[in-house]
Amino acid sequence: MTDQPLSSSGPAGGIRPRRPSFLARSRWNPYVVGALIGVLSWIAFGIAGKPLGVSTSVSAAAGACLIPFAGADAVRGNAYWARHFPKWDYGMLFLVGILGGALVSSLISRSFRPEVVPAVWAERFGPSRAKRLVGALVGGVIIMYGARLAGGCTSGHGISGSLQLAVSSWTFFLTMFASGALTALVLFRSRTRA
Amino acid sequence: MFPLEGTASLIAAVVIGFVFGLLLHRGGVANYNVIVNQFRFRDFTVLKIMFTAIIVGGIGVLLLRNLGWAKPDIKSADMLAVVLGAAIFGVGMVVYGYCPGTSIAAIGTGSIHALVGFVGMLIGGALYAFSFPWVQTHILSVASYGRIRLPDISGVSDVAWFGILIVIAAVVFFLLERLQPRAAATSPDA
Repeated sequence: MTDQPLSSSGPAGGIRPRRPSFLARSRWNPYVVGALIGVLSWIAFGIAGKPLGVSTSVSAAAGACLIPFAGADAVRGNAYWARHFPKWDYGMLFLVGILGGALVSSLISRSFRPEVVPAVWAERFGPSRAKRLVGALVGGVIIMYGARLAGGCTSGHGISGSLQLAVSSWTFFLTMFASGALTALVLFRSRTRA
Repeated sequence: MFPLEGTASLIAAVVIGFVFGLLLHRGGVANYNVIVNQFRFRDFTVLKIMFTAIIVGGIGVLLLRNLGWAKPDIKSADMLAVVLGAAIFGVGMVVYGYCPGTSIAAIGTGSIHALVGFVGMLIGGALYAFSFPWVQTHILSVASYGRIRLPDISGVSDVAWFGILIVIAAVVFFLLERLQPRAAATSPDA
């Protein structure tokens, strides 16, 4: 990063609210972000030799959480975790990086805030925190089971697989999107008033 | 020299993850509302980011592969598992409001419900591990075609596929940018 000021308290001013510097802006143009993620995938493939991917390591982390209770041998005895035994490998550290990157990004742009009930949920299901947390928990269970069954998530299939034109990944992308749209239709039946 | 190995590879993991997390946040997709509104066709940020990433990333990776600087990494087309898994994934994505990657980014931005959902993801991962022996014999092996790519089954070359994708993206993005102001104007902002 350069030594530019992070928030422009400088000469801007005027009628419109002053435009913060690029680094301080909390939202970037989605096409620019998409292109930069594309460039990041070149680096991931070419330099690290590992495509961007998340869900494999999350399920490995699930095994790590069981080790204190069931013991490492029991976890290793599972046919799935025998293949993906939890360790601080590339995939796991990649997740740590994501957490750190988003944390720093939100702090710099002053958009870090503890959120429990997001606006779109509240509009449809009300302000109950318990309700939203149960929803998030259940949704988390469902999404990770689906990701592992499909062999990847929005990163591993959706981006890394689709950009290699994999049949499995495009099938994932289109099916996931159709299923999500259908789910949204059922959950958020629009009650538009004239 | 490349791909990196050992400690250098682990440092690269953190650095690449860091940039990915930063981009997910700045792209606006570490946000429940943006993701759920994509599936309600009210906000197309997710599609814009993903499609641009696929095209820009895909052309570069194709070039790297042809130069011998990158190895392909194709997931097997176990079609029953992919279709079932993706259908389940879509339900989960709308209920949770994040996908696995964006949920971790959202935790970084302070989202408490993303953190609770992460516990759910650990449970889901464990459930999959427990069911894996059954899934392996009954689902993963059904309609399994191996590591095939669209050019393999279509006879259309990689370059032509990206040409097609660019045309689709150009038309869709053009229409989205034309229609969006009107769509936003009709949305009931109080």
